[in-house]
Amino acid sequence: MVSGAVFIHGSWWVENTRFMDRRPTFSHLRCRECGREYPKEAIHVCEFDFGPLEAAYDYNAVKEILSREVISQRTRSMWRYRELLPIDGQPSVGLHTGFTPLVRAKRLAERLGVRELYIKNDAVNHPTLSFKDRVVSVALTRARELGMDTVACASTGNLANSVAANAAAAGLRSFVLIPSDLEPSKIVNSLVFGTNVIGIQGAYDQVNRLCSEIAGKYGWGFVNVNLRPYYAEGSKTMGFEIIEQLGWQLPQHTVVCMASGSLLTKVHKAYQEFIKAGLVDATPASIYGAQASGCSPIVTAIKSGTDVVRPVPKPRTIAKSLSIGTPADGYYAIRTMQDTGGTAEDASDAEIIDAIKLLAETEGIFAETAGGVTVACARKLIESGRIPRDESIVLCITGYGLKTQEAITEHVGAPALIQPSLREFEALIEPHTPSTLN
Amino acid sequence: MSVPVRIPTPLRKLTYNQEVVQVEGANVREVLDSLESAFPGLKERICDEHNNIRRFVNVFVNDEDIRFLQESDTPVKTGDEVSIVPAIAGG
Repeated sequence: MVSGAVFIHGSWWVENTRFMDRRPTFSHLRCRECGREYPKEAIHVCEFDFGPLEAAYDYNAVKEILSREVISQRTRSMWRYRELLPIDGQPSVGLHTGFTPLVRAKRLAERLGVRELYIKNDAVNHPTLSFKDRVVSVALTRARELGMDTVACASTGNLANSVAANAAAAGLRSFVLIPSDLEPSKIVNSLVFGTNVIGIQGAYDQVNRLCSEIAGKYGWGFVNVNLRPYYAEGSKTMGFEIIEQLGWQLPQHTVVCMASGSLLTKVHKAYQEFIKAGLVDATPASIYGAQASGCSPIVTAIKSGTDVVRPVPKPRTIAKSLSIGTPADGYYAIRTMQDTGGTAEDASDAEIIDAIKLLAETEGIFAETAGGVTVACARKLIESGRIPRDESIVLCITGYGLKTQEAITEHVGAPALIQPSLREFEALIEPHTPSTLN
Repeated sequence: MSVPVRIPTPLRKLTYNQEVVQVEGANVREVLDSLESAFPGLKERICDEHNNIRRFVNVFVNDEDIRFLQESDTPVKTGDEVSIVPAIAGG
């Protein structure tokens, strides 16, 4: 009986793969504000109200193709959900990206005093150790479909690393524009791929503004400007994976760090799309946003009870990857948190450092500063009772700790130094560990 | 006085593909009104029905976002440049 079922599912998979080739699921772009429809080109804002354009799908077609069985038989990468991604053909960039571990974090759960805690660990995403590999894989696949040969981005670091690496592997020319004061590791992690790195003497928001002017002039594929509708959708795969890895159910609480707020809105969109596609039951799933206190425009709006995001002119925090003073998706992030029963919290630099160490010491996961923000804010949300202790909680860790090691170097101590002698070794450890030989 | 205004790509259909246009105005509000006179239909793309600058539009005078200055009342003078820039995602 079981093998019969597997055979039937196998037939379904073959049948539906052929079907997918005939019937596109990605239909058009649509303005999130007014609903006007646009063709699937390299455009990102509505001509009528500047609202962001978003990919729209034929969910009936998706429903006919995707089932839990079809998905589970595919390669373990983010592309196993490709009918819900905005490309026309087959993926061609970042084929090994995604399907990162969802770690049951028992030791951290014990420390935080919660029953069921998971870490979605994009610190080990391929190829550049951050969730940005998801968005870039989609953006560059689409850039190729649109016939572009040059790609670019404005970045706080992680996006630059990913554009540089994926463009190198795809044979595309690339330019990455970054604030010149970024962490040295993030600069090296772009330069090594042979990309054109341009440091801008200004804050990220100024870099972004310059990029939007360049994108209009040169016709390059700027992943977070004119390719944004495609790029942003890549983040959904983090949400799809969480559901599948939880055994096809929604987590009751998800904590996501916020820069522009895009990832948070897309994790929610992923949850909604899997419900629409009949892949998961619609159960309550609250989403919470985390920012560093030194740049927390979205959290400040939530705490003030408004959906008007006041920009932060000069972000000051060790979490540089979240240092976006003018968050483009802030409004939608606020609505998402409010609609799902979630809320937002911010954390100081000291709390971020403590949280990085806590995650590392309990789960063996070294997160970058943005991950420290997520853990620190989750801790505050739990301690204040805003996230219940007896329900399922997922923390989204978005990047690897070696990228921002400067932030914690002075807070992790130094190696003990001894001569190569047993006597010195025993003198060092005996106060802590009695020898079993005695 | 007359100031240059940088027009973003999505609005250039209305400015006959001009990247920069020259209009009159002593503050941002007057500049936007002049833009509407010169290129009818442009202002409603930038401002909502209550005459507020739309949520996803950033307006700069030189390098400063007008939300850090005096919003639409931000003065402009000869030598200044106004830029209209769509909000874009990060990071």
